[in-house]
Amino acid sequence: MKKFFTSKMKKSNWLVYAGVILAFVVFQVMSGTGALSSTMEGQLVPVCAYVVMALSLNLTVGVLGELSLGHAGFMSIGAFTGAVTAAALEGAIPNSGLRLLVAMIMGALLAAVAGVLVGVPVLRLRGDYLAIVTLAFGEIIKSIITNLYIGMDSTGLHCSFLNLNFTMQDGKMLLNGPMGVTGIEKISTFLSGFLLIMVTLVIIFNLVNSRSGRAIMALRDNRIAAESVGINVTKYKLMGFVISASLAGAAGTLFALSQNTIMANKFDFNTSILVLVFVVLGGLGRMWGSIIAAATLTVLPELLREFSDYRMLVYAIVLILIMLATNNPTLKGWFARIFKRKGAEKE
Amino acid sequence: MKKFAKIVCLLTVLVMALCCFAGCGEKTNDAIKLGGTGPLTGGAAIYGNAVNNAAKIAVEEINALGGIQFEVKYEDDTHDPEKAVNAYNSLMDWNMQICLGSVTTKPGEATSVEANEDHIFYLTPSASSANVLGGVADPLTGVVDVERKDNVFQMCFMDPSQGKASAEYISSQKLGEKIAIIYKNDEVYSTGIYNSFKLEAEALGLNIVSTTTFTDDTDTDFSVQVAAAKDAGADLVFLPMYYEYAALILKEAKDIGYAPKFFGVDGMDGILTMDGFDTSLAEGVMLLTPFNADAEDERTKAFVAKYQEEYGEIPNQFAADAYDCVYAIYQALDEGEALKNEDGTYNYDITATELCDMLIEAFTASDFTFSGLTGENMTWTADGAVSKTPKGMVIQNGAYVGM
Amino acid sequence: MLSFLNHLINGISLGSIYAIIALGYTMVYGIAKMLNFAHGDIIMVGAYVCFFAVSSFQLHPVVGLLLAIIVCTVLGTLIEKLAYKPLRQATSLAVLITAIGVSYFLQNAAQLLWTSNPKLFPDIFNGAAIKLFDGELIITVSTLVTIAACIVIMILLTAFIDKSKTGKAMRACSEDKGAAQLMGINVNRTISITFAIGSALAAVAGVLLCTTYPSLVPTTGSMPGIKAFTAAVFGGIGSVPGALLGGILLGIIEIMAGAYISTSLSNAIVFAVLILVLLIKPTGLLGKQIREKV
Repeated sequence: MKKFFTSKMKKSNWLVYAGVILAFVVFQVMSGTGALSSTMEGQLVPVCAYVVMALSLNLTVGVLGELSLGHAGFMSIGAFTGAVTAAALEGAIPNSGLRLLVAMIMGALLAAVAGVLVGVPVLRLRGDYLAIVTLAFGEIIKSIITNLYIGMDSTGLHCSFLNLNFTMQDGKMLLNGPMGVTGIEKISTFLSGFLLIMVTLVIIFNLVNSRSGRAIMALRDNRIAAESVGINVTKYKLMGFVISASLAGAAGTLFALSQNTIMANKFDFNTSILVLVFVVLGGLGRMWGSIIAAATLTVLPELLREFSDYRMLVYAIVLILIMLATNNPTLKGWFARIFKRKGAEKE
Repeated sequence: MKKFAKIVCLLTVLVMALCCFAGCGEKTNDAIKLGGTGPLTGGAAIYGNAVNNAAKIAVEEINALGGIQFEVKYEDDTHDPEKAVNAYNSLMDWNMQICLGSVTTKPGEATSVEANEDHIFYLTPSASSANVLGGVADPLTGVVDVERKDNVFQMCFMDPSQGKASAEYISSQKLGEKIAIIYKNDEVYSTGIYNSFKLEAEALGLNIVSTTTFTDDTDTDFSVQVAAAKDAGADLVFLPMYYEYAALILKEAKDIGYAPKFFGVDGMDGILTMDGFDTSLAEGVMLLTPFNADAEDERTKAFVAKYQEEYGEIPNQFAADAYDCVYAIYQALDEGEALKNEDGTYNYDITATELCDMLIEAFTASDFTFSGLTGENMTWTADGAVSKTPKGMVIQNGAYVGM
Repeated sequence: MLSFLNHLINGISLGSIYAIIALGYTMVYGIAKMLNFAHGDIIMVGAYVCFFAVSSFQLHPVVGLLLAIIVCTVLGTLIEKLAYKPLRQATSLAVLITAIGVSYFLQNAAQLLWTSNPKLFPDIFNGAAIKLFDGELIITVSTLVTIAACIVIMILLTAFIDKSKTGKAMRACSEDKGAAQLMGINVNRTISITFAIGSALAAVAGVLLCTTYPSLVPTTGSMPGIKAFTAAVFGGIGSVPGALLGGILLGIIEIMAGAYISTSLSNAIVFAVLILVLLIKPTGLLGKQIREKV
């Protein structure tokens, strides 16, 4: 355990931690003094959840090098597990912070189990085939949750699939099939969101800087070469994938418990794509990039409200232009020259 | 890594600056601010825009009278509960005083919770599920999932009452021996009506021979569902859904030569004016609806004419509900008298909380009745649901005829 | 038994549409190695063009179809020129995100232009149908036309790719771009032509899709697009007969699963079958096994 913390850490990683802490303090103070508008205030926790989602997908796409188009499926599992757990434990654990923690761990665990179930078959595939299978799994998870009914009363838990076929005397519907979960008690706080981001960063940075992390990246860069020096492909790929899935599950719980109501079709293909956009715009393998991209792009549509009807059109155009600009060789060379010159001046 | 630090600083400053801009702007009002959220873009935009347009017409009309002034603003929620809360918050930043709720149901379930916490009066035109109001037991499980929110009221029928009314109507008029149901099971509106319909139908001894579903992802192909109803020999098909799906079902039924009676709910309204719809397909379709754009009374004619003039289309039931919402609030404020100062000006700076208490009291008062486009003598009780009588309509020669 | 046949015919008809869309995906993927997520939205544009031509301007449906093909071909080429061509050297992920951007753009532009009010596509064949066994087995003309169109397109396309000079250039490009260029093939032009053909197919698919499933909204193309992409992978992405096989199988599975298991699980079952197939045959039913080298 000691080795875990004292392991060599890059300077840039400390900067990321510092940046996140700084942002947290600034927003916490602003929120405390009432300087934050309701719009911003309401966005704090969801932004944290999307940041963790982006970080977790960056682990799959950037570090593991596998394109996943179904990451929202893991978020969905985490969200519904978390919401159901939190509601079921309402009497058993009165402390909301502790309940959130238990719900989050349950969400992460179940998402990890799903990660293993999906990962074992899927990681045998390559490239675009893997992408389409993750998409398929995302859709399957959505369908399953859409048809699942869970209720709890004094006699215990009731479950049914496809049709609601139990009746209860008292108690509560925890998950009402396609109608999702209603009446969620909002126990996610900005502090818990911040802590989850920090934990995610610690896990990802330590993984990347560990022996396993190097094995994973070796597989990404050249699978055959890595395999030939004796790296166990399935083990390391699965490890990265499952960690990524469980983090997405925790993010899902955080998100669900900040909403009044959630439905399974919220976590569809479009949400997976949304998170993928965060990751690609932020830069593959660059964690700070994911954080900034996720936070900005979540808040951006709210700031663009002035444009009303045109805002999603503007969003699409901005997206295309950014991709064109960042991949333009002339512009790239131009930027490279500027930064080089600046560096030279300093010397 | 300096570059990174710079970016972080820049971003923080930027966001802070933006928040400050958003936060400030205190000044006295010159109108009562009504706000609402609805899907103005995306797949459900047709409903959001109808409500937005109609609310604007109502506010313009009231303002033109020269008495109390209203200002209305709709924020886009893209039919997503998460975005709806954001939209609601942005309306709160605009200092909204009365909330016209959310247009669609699931966002309505989310924003009504927020409005309840903020204690702001909430009258939704069309978010119709029981959980928007709260305090209603789920007909299937017999359990109350959401506590009653005392500030939330509906202008539309609540889904369970509509399902129950439909079953009663079919039973009392002896419309069908064997009933098939097709419903959209990932939509609260459709499922809510279906659940209560099924329960009431069983109680009344109606014979349901086929029940099939569809979802968002499978809402274009109805060959399986219609074939199932036909194979089961159903002579009446109950369609608790919006008209765009019903139109496809009617066409599919015609294609395979299946001609049962069709029975719809208020979401069916709008089918006759749908672009490209062959109205002969809807011949004989029955529906329970509170609004009829072809009605002959003065109020409806004036509203439809104005709506058509300004937006170039026939208003649907959502628009009529929204129009009624604004007028109901106007009436509950004694046409502005309740907010009149001694010097004849109006107290536009009244807080949302004070307005909320005032309006709850007015709406639940025993002598408060409201007559609008969607019904005569509507009343509300403390449970938030409206009580009005649905009109049974049948489509003949491309027009509604009362049954 | 008859209802089984009815479902089977519906499945083949749906599958034929998937197959035509999947062809567009597969051709573009085979040559440009990119997942063109905007393909589904080009379908939608094609359907809208035909809708307005037929119902607003009272043109003959065939003229509407031709107009849709022209508009979509121009649109597809334009998108390729503006958004994809500058990214030839970029990572496939960058191209994917750009394609998603284009897809958002088309959907939102369509919504602003034509509103999201659903339009009901005109019934071109006037509901004409062949009725067998006392009307128990019904084959609509639109079903027959869809299946016929699919077969004709498949034959023409195979002949084009096998026999014509451009087709040979396409095959060469998909094998090895560098070598093709050395042999004097204009790779950029070949890719543009592929996009043009793919978009023209999308227009045909859009019109056929809407004659069978007449509801037309700005998001009409997205779900069929994803399903067709699945069909392309199912049959082996990059393979033309694979797209046909994948499309038709997918259509049949979807309809059968809905009819005999549950309509709310039909999508899940389609995707589960896809996963099973890929686990047994990782490159799809008719995909080529590529040996990897260091």
